[in-house]
Amino acid sequence: MDLYEYQAKDLFAKHGVPTQSGIVVTTAAAARDAAEKIGTTVVVKAQVKTGGRGKAGGVKLAETPDEAQEKAEAILGLDIKGHIVHQVLITEASDIVEEYYVSFLLDRANRTYLAMASVEGGMEIEQLAVERPDALAKIAVDAIEGVTAAKAAEISDAAGFAPEIRDQIIDILQKLWVVFIKEDATLVEVNPLVKDPSGKVLALDGKVSLDENADFRHPDHEALVDNSAIDPLELAAKEKGLNYVKLDGEVGIIGNGAGLVMSTLDVVAYAGEEFGGVTPANFLDIGGGASAQVMADGLEIILGDPSVKSVFVNVFGGITACDAVANGIVQAIALIAEHGHAIDKPLVVRLDGNNADLGRKILTDANLSVVILEDTMDGAARRAAQLAAK
Amino acid sequence: MAIFITENSKVLVQGITGGEGTKHTRRMVESGTNIVAGVTPGKGGQEVDGIPVFNSVGDAVAATGADVSVVFVPPRFTKGAVIEAVDAGVPLVVVITEGVPVADTAEFFQYAQNAGTTRVIGPNCPGLISPGKSNAGIIPGDITKAGRIGLVSKSGTLTYQMMYELRDLGFSSAVGIGGDPIIGTTHIDALRAFQDDPETDAIVMIGEIGGDAEERAAAFIKDNVTKPVVGYVAGFTAPEGKTMGHAGAIVSGSSGTAQAKQEALEAVGVRVGKTPSETARIMREIVEKL
Repeated sequence: MDLYEYQAKDLFAKHGVPTQSGIVVTTAAAARDAAEKIGTTVVVKAQVKTGGRGKAGGVKLAETPDEAQEKAEAILGLDIKGHIVHQVLITEASDIVEEYYVSFLLDRANRTYLAMASVEGGMEIEQLAVERPDALAKIAVDAIEGVTAAKAAEISDAAGFAPEIRDQIIDILQKLWVVFIKEDATLVEVNPLVKDPSGKVLALDGKVSLDENADFRHPDHEALVDNSAIDPLELAAKEKGLNYVKLDGEVGIIGNGAGLVMSTLDVVAYAGEEFGGVTPANFLDIGGGASAQVMADGLEIILGDPSVKSVFVNVFGGITACDAVANGIVQAIALIAEHGHAIDKPLVVRLDGNNADLGRKILTDANLSVVILEDTMDGAARRAAQLAAK
Repeated sequence: MAIFITENSKVLVQGITGGEGTKHTRRMVESGTNIVAGVTPGKGGQEVDGIPVFNSVGDAVAATGADVSVVFVPPRFTKGAVIEAVDAGVPLVVVITEGVPVADTAEFFQYAQNAGTTRVIGPNCPGLISPGKSNAGIIPGDITKAGRIGLVSKSGTLTYQMMYELRDLGFSSAVGIGGDPIIGTTHIDALRAFQDDPETDAIVMIGEIGGDAEERAAAFIKDNVTKPVVGYVAGFTAPEGKTMGHAGAIVSGSSGTAQAKQEALEAVGVRVGKTPSETARIMREIVEKL
């Protein structure tokens, strides 16, 4: 889960990382009040979970409360790379002498952690990594040893931080590491970390991603979830415990296993090329279990999506036998009818693997007008795409 | 031969008394696995289907000589379970558990690396099977037969799909390495083992979006693998920034795309199927020419 800047800074403050607090508001009038309260020149910053806010006009300086209101008015509602701005952070404007970059992240390739640091902060780090790779220090961090004072010094020296701020950098790196480990983050990034005219180093921005697998040991992380930014169908699916991602197309997809469902999306998109560019409407993995209830929940979410024209149920019976899946589909259709919804979209079903013949027989015998059985994944994808194109 | 597990493997199950542990222990036994012990702290002295349960991995290994552990314990206890198995000197630990915090995986993987005596497979994986010999995990034992194709995959159901498509040819071993951001055994580890296995003639490698493991595997194949490799990559149509089911399956910016992975594999001569069925057809063509 990605956090907003203000949430990241709250976590920084919690663990003693010097940063700059501010006030989060959702209206321009409240932005004015916040600026008045802060009493200095302020920065109005769009709170969106994406980079490049400055370039998109989402970060503005305001010298007076009136100006803060005006700037907030302009920023609220802005679309930054598909993210609509619903809240802005009002914070004291800092005088900046120098800008730096530091981060901790998961290093998938080396199966450990990585620290990155540069004395040339401010610009986008991907750009720095390409244009001036020597200016970006990358130091591996052992998952068991973590960031000791010695490791922090190694990172600081590799990046070439000046002697007069070295101690501050070492301290900040260790505290950011505490944020990373104690909060179960997969990314902690500060860009920019700045030096002010008094020589003090502090985090002016913050980006934190948290590992949802670790939620069981962080009951407080639930408060960081912002459901307003989630697609309503995704939210409904999440409440039912379904692994669902909304996409832009017309063919609803249900399958078992993340890899098979991803593969199903591809196969449907290929087949759709023949039928005017029909594409998948969603990703939905109902997992190995595939009980009638889960199948019904999944079908209801998908049929609740007005852009869906046909549904492709793609199941490979491994642990779960296909007869159980077929019974699940039959019961799911009955359950949905009980809920008062008519299924008016065709369900193309492909069952393979464990007890597939029995599963197909159950569906044939149930004589459901909306169900169309296909023998192969490719054939079923083609049929579902064809039906969605009509 | 086969890789990582053979008919001589002595398997223990950590979490054997839990629902999943008991259910899959039965399935493993049915597909010919020699399960010698179970471990659940506090339940030592009990039995599950006649299999003795021990309080610790150390006790189980001392009593039975187990050399493979399959881990079914819940996420919050997984790190401790793997470290216990490493400390007991178990050479192969297969972590089936889904939903393990990545920090815990990073730690137990580093711990195993430091010990230098344990290979970890997973977490969040279906395990591995050498059909007819041994089955350590949750891969159904009856969808394919023993043969001479090796398979390595990030995805469970795509593993089953491919084993089913090629069930008449059969497999030496099929290894599900899991779709988490950090995994104990990579495509490269499995490719190396298949290359060295005299009972494997050709290899299917199934990848998916996220990370650069497939690109690294391509570089490894170029220099080290002489057996034919056929590839498949899932997630061509996945949008940027959305996690597709597996924690590791995410395209961020230009990195981790299926396109990049396919190009890297094709550049080193690996034929990549557009769909699972086409991948199976390519493998069939190759095997017929061998």
